[in-house]
Amino acid sequence: MPQTLAEKIISAHAGRTVSANEIAIVNVDAAMATDATAPFAIKAFRAMGGQKLWDAARFSLIIDHASPAPNERVANLHRLMREFAAETGCVFYEVGEGICHQLMAENGHARPGEIFVGADSHTSTLGALGAFAIGMGSTDLAGVMLTGQTWLKVPHSIRIELRGQLPNGITAKDVVLDLVRQVGADGANYQAIEFAGETIEHLTLASRMVLTNMAAEMGAKTGMVEASDLPLKADVDAVYAKRITLHVSRLRPMVSVPHAPDKVQPIDAVRGRKIHYAFIGSCTNARLEDLQAAAAVLKGYKLAPGVRLVIAPASKRVFNEALRDGTLEILSEAGATFITSGCGPCVGSHLGVPGDGEVVISSANRNFKGRMGNPNAEIYLASPAVVAASAVAGEIVEPSVVLADRMTR
Amino acid sequence: MNTLSGLAHVYHIDNIDTDRIIPGKYTKTLELDDLAKHVLEDLDPEFSQRVQAGDILVAGHNFGCGSSREQAPLAIKAAGVSCVVARSFARIFYRNAINIGLPVVEAPEHVIENGQPVRVDLETGSVLNATTGQTFAATKMPETMARILKAGGLVNFLVKHGNYQ
Repeated sequence: MPQTLAEKIISAHAGRTVSANEIAIVNVDAAMATDATAPFAIKAFRAMGGQKLWDAARFSLIIDHASPAPNERVANLHRLMREFAAETGCVFYEVGEGICHQLMAENGHARPGEIFVGADSHTSTLGALGAFAIGMGSTDLAGVMLTGQTWLKVPHSIRIELRGQLPNGITAKDVVLDLVRQVGADGANYQAIEFAGETIEHLTLASRMVLTNMAAEMGAKTGMVEASDLPLKADVDAVYAKRITLHVSRLRPMVSVPHAPDKVQPIDAVRGRKIHYAFIGSCTNARLEDLQAAAAVLKGYKLAPGVRLVIAPASKRVFNEALRDGTLEILSEAGATFITSGCGPCVGSHLGVPGDGEVVISSANRNFKGRMGNPNAEIYLASPAVVAASAVAGEIVEPSVVLADRMTR
Repeated sequence: MNTLSGLAHVYHIDNIDTDRIIPGKYTKTLELDDLAKHVLEDLDPEFSQRVQAGDILVAGHNFGCGSSREQAPLAIKAAGVSCVVARSFARIFYRNAINIGLPVVEAPEHVIENGQPVRVDLETGSVLNATTGQTFAATKMPETMARILKAGGLVNFLVKHGNYQ
């Protein structure tokens, strides 16, 4: 019976062959929660009678959403997490270590063919490593902590084939924004998205993570990558709910406009829009290649008057690498300011809140009204290079314009 | 508690995301009392004052999309809403609602206007508009979910059963 990637992985963990639409009780290999979701998960775990974790070595707690703690209430939630980690022996990532999904990827917590459960809606990011990685709420996660299992409905799958070579200046972010435009906010609801095709072969892991990260914005249960360097492949005649082919060589830089991630337009439609605040960060686009892309645009320039650029590297490891290779210096000289490796401004609870009437251009994944902490601000989403170019110009502009300008100086 | 009756608060809007249900800035706490005060405030600042215990929230497609924050269904429940009826739900929100014991009913064809009395039958999965007399079918919930909801949420379910089997 031909199977999709999701059907293969779930079958292996259910102990029997399952197909799309069936309910399966599965063994979970690894799980995680952040400071946004761990306090409720710990509370529910205790209420369920939980004392010992199903597998402490495969459970991680990460402080990333409000890092470092902005007030004593949050500081005490962080303390709760530290105490729980000490008591149970689970893995713990301290303030400044980085964003949960980045840490799970960097430290080998999500492995090909495994089932990974995260109490965060962007857990799908880890599908880039070949895992079946799903997001859940705190109480669901407590069930995993207690039993090492969860129940799930085997999803139907959407197969997305990417063809061609990425043109200069076009990135995985532009690809996925175009896909979010096509599929829509609930076009992949309850489904698993498989990303495959010749384009994927040449994408770095960092770029592949951009694709699986924003599967969440299409309503998907998860996103997964199929590539020759990953062990699992879908069967050639597996049945898919939908097949999409995207020829990437035709793409323009893409931008999500206020107030929904799936309101995507080519940059041509929004160029010239004045911006006040540029943000490079989030689990979507804050890795080394993203900082390097921004530095390539910003080198030798200063920020436009009235514009601030805030950068939150995805992890301490990314920060240290960017420090060593000179990337941070270029960004700082241009006027960028650096904050804790963590979610920061993306999630609106802590750091970098925009003011009334301000326009933000961000490398993150969501631009819902109020997302960054102020419903009276507007957020555009784009690639790090577009964010950097716009920070120099003071308005939304494509990177090639800024780069061409440098050549004529 | 198989039937729920209440007045409908209707939003003919799709994709009501969890940031609009409860903004991130209010979620950094274990206390639930405050959540009720801020529920839906970026969508309708008056909702939290208008809603009465037992009322029913009615919405369009993809209700609860976005973040996995469990505070979203918790805030709705804390405000006194007895049930959410939507044309469709985002998956993490749907699971979270069941897990915390907030009934969620997916009725794609509902025709309900603001203020109309509604009766939801959780057993048969149907929604009655008591003003017009029309009944709308609801998508059947997976068995496991129905058991969890009947137990009053996942904590109660696992305390009782110890596992998912």
